[in-house]
Amino acid sequence: MAFAGRRDAPEPPDFAILKRLARDQLIYLLEQLPGRKDLFIEADLMSPLDRIANVSILKHEVDKLYKVENRPTSSTSDQFCFLVRPRIKTMKYIADIINADKMAGRSRKYKIIFSPQKFYACEMVLEEEGVFGDVSCDEWSFYLLPLDDDIISMELPEFFRDYFLEGDHRWINCVARALQLLNSLYGPFSKAYGIGRCAKMSYELWRDLEEESESDSQGRKPEIGNVFLMDRDTDYVTALCSQVVYEGLVDDTFRIKCGSVDFGPDVTSSDKSIKVLLNSQDKVFSQIRNEHFSSVFGFLSQKSRNLQAQYDRRRGMDIKQMKNFVSQELKGLKQEHRLLSLHIGACESIMKKKTKQDFQEMIKTEHSLLEGFDIRESTSFIEEHIDRQVSPIESLRLMCLLSITENGLIPKDYRSLKTQYLQSYGPEHLLTFHNLKRIGLLTEQSPGETLTAVESKVSKLVTDRAAGKITDAFNSLARKSNFRGISKKLGLIPRVDGEYDLKMPRDMAYVFSGAYIPLSCKIIEQVLERKSWLGLEEVLRLLNGNEFSVTESAGEDSPAWESQRIILTVFLGGCTFSEIAALRFLGKEKGYKFIFLTTAITNSARMMEAMIETKA
Amino acid sequence: MDCYTANWNPLGEEAFYRKFELYAMEWSLKEDLRDCLVAAAPYGGPIALLKNSGRKEKSPSARPLLEIYSASGLLLASIPWKSGQLVHLGWTASEDLLCIQEDGTVLIYNLFCEFKRHFSMGNEVLQNHVLEAKVFHTEYGTGVAILTGAHRFSLTTNIDDLKLRRMPEVPGLQKPPSCWAVLSQDRVTIVLLAVGQDLYLLDNTSCSVVTPPGMSPAAGAYLRMAVSFNYRCLALFTDTGYIWMGLSTLKEKLCEFNSSIRSPPKQMVWCMRPRSRQRAVVVAWDHQLMVAGNSTECIQFVLDEDSYLVPELDGVRILSRTSHEFLHEIPEASQEIFKIASMAPGALLLEAQKEYEKESQKADEYLREIKDQKLLPEAVSQCIEAAGYEHEPETQKSLLRAASFGKCFIDKFPPESFVRMCQDLRVLNAIRDYQIGIPLTFTQYKRLTIEVLLDRLVLRRLYPLAIRICEYLRLSEIQGVSRILAHWACYKVQQKDKSDEEVAHAINQKLGDTPGISYSEIAARAYDCGRTELAIKLLEYEPRSGEQVPLLLKMKRSKLALSKAIESGDTDLVYTVVLHLKNELNRGTFFMTLQNQPVALSLYRQFCKHQERKTLKDLYNQDDNHQELGNFHVHSSYSEQRIEGRVGALQNAVDAYYKAKNEFAAKATEDQIKLLRLQRHLQEDFDKPYLDLSLHDTVSNLILDGHHKRAEQLYREFKIPDKRYWWLKISALATRGDWEEMEKFSKSKKSPIGYLPFVEISVKHHNRYEAKKYAPRVTPEQRVKAFILVGDLDQAADAAIEHKNENEMNFVLSKCTASTDVAVVEKLNRARAQLLKK
Repeated sequence: MAFAGRRDAPEPPDFAILKRLARDQLIYLLEQLPGRKDLFIEADLMSPLDRIANVSILKHEVDKLYKVENRPTSSTSDQFCFLVRPRIKTMKYIADIINADKMAGRSRKYKIIFSPQKFYACEMVLEEEGVFGDVSCDEWSFYLLPLDDDIISMELPEFFRDYFLEGDHRWINCVARALQLLNSLYGPFSKAYGIGRCAKMSYELWRDLEEESESDSQGRKPEIGNVFLMDRDTDYVTALCSQVVYEGLVDDTFRIKCGSVDFGPDVTSSDKSIKVLLNSQDKVFSQIRNEHFSSVFGFLSQKSRNLQAQYDRRRGMDIKQMKNFVSQELKGLKQEHRLLSLHIGACESIMKKKTKQDFQEMIKTEHSLLEGFDIRESTSFIEEHIDRQVSPIESLRLMCLLSITENGLIPKDYRSLKTQYLQSYGPEHLLTFHNLKRIGLLTEQSPGETLTAVESKVSKLVTDRAAGKITDAFNSLARKSNFRGISKKLGLIPRVDGEYDLKMPRDMAYVFSGAYIPLSCKIIEQVLERKSWLGLEEVLRLLNGNEFSVTESAGEDSPAWESQRIILTVFLGGCTFSEIAALRFLGKEKGYKFIFLTTAITNSARMMEAMIETKA
Repeated sequence: MDCYTANWNPLGEEAFYRKFELYAMEWSLKEDLRDCLVAAAPYGGPIALLKNSGRKEKSPSARPLLEIYSASGLLLASIPWKSGQLVHLGWTASEDLLCIQEDGTVLIYNLFCEFKRHFSMGNEVLQNHVLEAKVFHTEYGTGVAILTGAHRFSLTTNIDDLKLRRMPEVPGLQKPPSCWAVLSQDRVTIVLLAVGQDLYLLDNTSCSVVTPPGMSPAAGAYLRMAVSFNYRCLALFTDTGYIWMGLSTLKEKLCEFNSSIRSPPKQMVWCMRPRSRQRAVVVAWDHQLMVAGNSTECIQFVLDEDSYLVPELDGVRILSRTSHEFLHEIPEASQEIFKIASMAPGALLLEAQKEYEKESQKADEYLREIKDQKLLPEAVSQCIEAAGYEHEPETQKSLLRAASFGKCFIDKFPPESFVRMCQDLRVLNAIRDYQIGIPLTFTQYKRLTIEVLLDRLVLRRLYPLAIRICEYLRLSEIQGVSRILAHWACYKVQQKDKSDEEVAHAINQKLGDTPGISYSEIAARAYDCGRTELAIKLLEYEPRSGEQVPLLLKMKRSKLALSKAIESGDTDLVYTVVLHLKNELNRGTFFMTLQNQPVALSLYRQFCKHQERKTLKDLYNQDDNHQELGNFHVHSSYSEQRIEGRVGALQNAVDAYYKAKNEFAAKATEDQIKLLRLQRHLQEDFDKPYLDLSLHDTVSNLILDGHHKRAEQLYREFKIPDKRYWWLKISALATRGDWEEMEKFSKSKKSPIGYLPFVEISVKHHNRYEAKKYAPRVTPEQRVKAFILVGDLDQAADAAIEHKNENEMNFVLSKCTASTDVAVVEKLNRARAQLLKK
């Protein structure tokens, strides 16, 4: 590894102001409805709220707090305030409450605060339900929740389904506004790159907003120099893989919600669950979050030995030293001790679940799929997985991974796997399959065209302009992942010579046990290296294009500005902890600092769940 | 400048008044002013004349002519008056002309004689006719007061927010009052009227008799009254020639004057200046003009021709056929400087500068005199201030020169006041030019503010001058140039003699991308003028789609609006248009429109999914989208409570899927129907819930409950793959603990999944005994694993040795414990050694 000439990554800007802004606006909005009131909060706003405000702020002249649920309330308050996402379902819930009040002859004041913004469709529903005149509406522009020093989430998990499946563009405006806010606080961004349709639209909308607002950002010294936007559908493969870095594993196993996780009794080895905030403030976690799971245990035991040694120093202390120790170090040690035991517990619990034969074989299957070997064997593995009803989500994930790496399933497998799946997990998944097909995650190879045929054609004729036309023609037939071709072009599968040392990783592949470099991260690496898309034309063709790179202001090549090495990476449709870990690794290697802005933290299970049609 | 004070006329000890010509009138009027209805707007505003109004004969040739002139007498516009008999003309604060007809109708024209709108003063006025009318300005806006033929008063305080008020009756009033006026006190508008020797005050509810304090009882009957510009002062003229001047509250007398002219004056107005303690009224008779104030003397002028007085904030304008004059009190700063033999610092500075120009050493003497008194800053300020009050640019210049000269001798004299004054005077001189004809004084200009002045220039369509002023004063583009350009463009679109292309092009040429320009506003104006095509062209220049869409909708260009909305990326906008279309078009066309716009379609679908599922179906039907239709039916089957309903919905889905040529989905749905029916039977037969289970779970449950026959039947009927069936059956049997059945099953035929699963499942249920039965049947490759699972290391070792597989041997070794499995370990080590030898 070339350690020489490696620059230290710059410090990220301070994002605490985002929390303050959101909190102050919320207080202001609540004050707009003076007097005592009951506050109804949308369930999925609870956790984000928790991160920016404490209960005393929410209790601002608030009598009772309710969760927005499908249950009519019996409250005596004269004023109701609803803090909600702009969803039609929620509007109906509110309308039902108001209409019930009307029937009962009660009169109250109703106020709806939409976060992050109001949609016309919501007003329309209120109007159709005949309550539009009874409510007053406000917007709480809470677009950005900083989860950590370098992660900002928009907390919009529905973005993925709404945009990529339903073709609903309404959240793009929010993304543009979020970019505007970040640009005004930490910009001006001097360079923007992006790939994907949504990325392009968001970028353009953002530029429009900037032009309209005419805010003068000239001459300001930016804290963030570059921005990189990427659509999730540029790289589904990475998101579909089982995660093996610690943070990813914790997310896959326990589900990290808004940067915190509930460790159940099996982890805490007590009868209580404990909620733990997972971020860089956690001294133990910050050291292991990006590590491959195999090295985590060793690290933790080393750490606990160190801790013990520090405790042991007590022996042989005189009174004064002891006093010092107790007043200054003990608290920290105890805190560390507590965290250490939690993470050890979590590791054990993960081990218990994952070291079973199944998991090993699943990882093996995944790797063969990524590398394109033993496809038949992998297919039978998946089939058995389904037949044995191991897990509906996992089965689906494997099917998708097979489809997307192989550019679609061969018709026979496509039919049989689906039939098996329906038999195992219920016929309602017929609709799930339809969704997956539409989004391009689970498709059928068109007859007469095998993956290798396309691939060889393309790779042999890349220089030929006709090749471009051929690929275009294929692309127009159906959305192809072309994973194999891309993988070859970008060298996503590292050549293995000897054992991959997961403790001393040499490239981003370590986040998948050295088997695969995440495509999304590789693209970012390549573009940043070239400072443009030049030389990536073939890859872009396989990726369906829609790339852009724009230099906003002159003087971008002044290396004195640290900000030029700070890159805001925007994942539209979610990003995984593995990707975050990989880019953090890249940053350390190349002296970049990546800031992650994502519509939500995602993983394979969340993505699959977003596609599943439930009966309700 | 000895003659400078020549036109100064002293009134009392302290005050001087002067009258000077603003313009020689350009209008070459044939008629006498007394034959016309005249109205001149304050703040140097336009003059409206209605000629021939006096003649009552109805011959069409003598139809009265309404003309509007600038203050310098340039004709702005004229029209023959075709409406009813006019009683009074007046100007609003925004320079619209109010024409009050006999029947109480008020017509509003702009200053180009273009009709804007009209309103009525109510039924009572209509019946009794208007006897007299007055237009007045208060903080509420422009008001109109009417005296009807029934001697009643009606008024409105704001014509833009019309609320008619009928004032209470004056008891015993038999003839019209000799004079009356509208007063505004504490934001209440009241009417003061005089009948003979009595004064009456009418407020909202009551009528009261009032007596001005200090009014001599012998004063006689009231003939005229005048209210000052700011409503603070009131003057009363009686038939003995006595003038009472006091506060309009009638609580205090300020002064009085006896003119000893008994004939009623034509006009009486106040002549005051803000922040001055001098009060004076100007009284006009046919050939005489008198300025009377707090002095036993008065100033008299001879009037050569018929004149009309226009009260202003800081003086009085006097209009006649040939000239336009201004009469005002000399402000203090001017007095100080120009008064004969004045020793005020400003006067000395002016003198010093003059000497300096003559290269005389006296300059130094004067300067020293000021400096010795440490009054130089004051002198400079005085000169600057006085320059503002001068009408003649030459005088302005000499004062400013003096100020500039004095400034040189002061450290750090703040330059703003000087610069500002230079700028203001430049602007004032520009608009006072007779071509423009707005004779604003400095005081009026400051009261009016630059913004309003710009508005007035725009109103007169003097766009280039307005823009020049904005640029000169460096006003921000949005407030200044852009706004004026936008007004220009709005005017431009009304020019019907030019083609749409020409106009659109001209507008874009001039406006370009000037910030703050709203093309949509201009387009809206074009649309109002009936030029839809032009409006659309103009909208093309509008960068903000949000602004384009509403107008396009209004113009019924819905499809264009839809694509613009989609372009904008603003989904709210798209919704707005979609909803609009939904109401405007019939369903078929509506759907067709949507089909061509995928973004809008998916938005509408999202909405329908939650709000109008029925519409969703229609949408798919229209599009022959059988796949989605099938999905729709499947979806709705979930909400059906009864089995029949569900089956029905699913059957619809099957049909749709077949139409969509999606045989897989059709087949799967048919299977589901079959399964549903079967589950119902099972539920009835076994009285256990089977509905909604997957096929796998159904069969599994059957086996768990021991209904092997039925399970078998389903297996065959649904063609469950062997592998699945075997997996399913052995795990169900193991869960049930039915080892006997499992063994029987294992022997029924060759297992398609091999026998390792048997071992695994038995071990999982902690039954090693059963597991051991199957271990030997496991294929050789998996046998080691199987034996380890059942815990038979010896056999595992044997199998490994048999395979001669080192890895397997090591694996077995790793499972051995040294103490208990000595024999096995030995055996393995031996075999391994042998293997290595080879």
